Amino acid sequence: MVQEVAFEQEKVLKSPWGGGKSPFGVSREKFTMWIFILSDAFTFAGLLAGYGFLRASLPEWPSRIEIFSAFPFVSAKLPLLFVSIMTFILICSSLTMALAVDAGKRMDRKGVIKYLLLTIGGGLLFLLCQAYEWGHLIHEGARLTSNPWGVPLFSASFFVITGFHGSHVLSGVIILTIMAIRVAKGIYDKRDSYEGVEVAGLYWHFVDLVWVFIFAFFYLL
Amino acid sequence: MAEAVHSRKVYWRVWFQLLMITVVEIIVAFLPISHYLMALLFTIMALMKATLIAAYFMHLKFEQVGLIYSIVLPLILIIALAAALIPDGSVALLMRLGLGYY
Repeated sequence: MVQEVAFEQEKVLKSPWGGGKSPFGVSREKFTMWIFILSDAFTFAGLLAGYGFLRASLPEWPSRIEIFSAFPFVSAKLPLLFVSIMTFILICSSLTMALAVDAGKRMDRKGVIKYLLLTIGGGLLFLLCQAYEWGHLIHEGARLTSNPWGVPLFSASFFVITGFHGSHVLSGVIILTIMAIRVAKGIYDKRDSYEGVEVAGLYWHFVDLVWVFIFAFFYLL
Repeated sequence: MAEAVHSRKVYWRVWFQLLMITVVEIIVAFLPISHYLMALLFTIMALMKATLIAAYFMHLKFEQVGLIYSIVLPLILIIALAAALIPDGSVALLMRLGLGYY
C-alpha cells in the first residue's frame, strides 16, 4: 500500500503537474492573456447570442444592403463597400502584428517598432472608419432606442455590439502604443525576450477574430 | 533563419486566405439565396477564418495539447449555446405573431 502511494506520487511528480514548471508550457503572462481572451470571448458570444435570438424572434429586420451603403465623399450608394474596407484594414493590421511578433523573435528591435506602428496605424484607421459610420447612422436618425428603419432593436444591437468591439480596438491601440514605447526604450532587449509584444499581439488578434463574427453576422447576414 | 523566413511566408499565406474567404463572404451576401442557407454559409466561413487566426496568428496550433483543449472546448460550448438560442428565438417569433405557441 505504502509502496503504491509512493509510486503514484512519483508519477504525479514526473507529470507536467508535478510543479516547478508551467503545465501548459507557456509563461504566466501568456497563460493569463489566454484566460482573459477566453472570458472576453464569452462576453462577445453572449452579445452575439442575444443578437441571434433577436434576429430569430423578429419578423422583420432592416435591409443591411440599404443601411450600410454610405461612403465618405461619395454620394452614390455603395452597399457594404465601406465595411468591407474596414474588415480589410483589420485583417492587414493583424498581419502586421504577426510580423511584429516574428521580428521580436529575431530580436529585431527596429522591425518590431516598424510593424507595431503599422498595426497602431491600422487600428486608428479602423476607429476613424467606425466614427464615420456611427456619425453617419446617427445623422440619419438612428438612436439606441429608435431608428428610421422601423426595428428599434436593430440600432440598439448595432450600437452595443460595434461599440463594445470598438472600445476593444481603442484599448488595443493604447496597449500597442505602450508596447511600442517600451520596445523603443529597449526594455525587451534587456530582458532578452520580446514575449510582452507577443502577449499584446494575442489580444490584438483576438479583436480581429471577434470582428470576423460581427462582420459576418451583423453586416452581411 | 530559414525557419524565420518560413514563418513569415506562413503569415502572408494566412493573410491571403483570410482575404479570399472575406471576398467569398461578400459575394455570398449579394446572392439571392434563403436567409438560412446564408447563415449556414457565413457560420462555416467565419469559423474557418477564426480557426486560421487562432491557429497561425495566435500560434495556438503550436502550443501544448492541454492548452489547446483548455481554450477550444469552452469556445465550442459557448458557440453551442448561441446556436441553441436560435430555435428559442423562433418560438418567441411565433408568440410575437400571436400564434399562441406556448
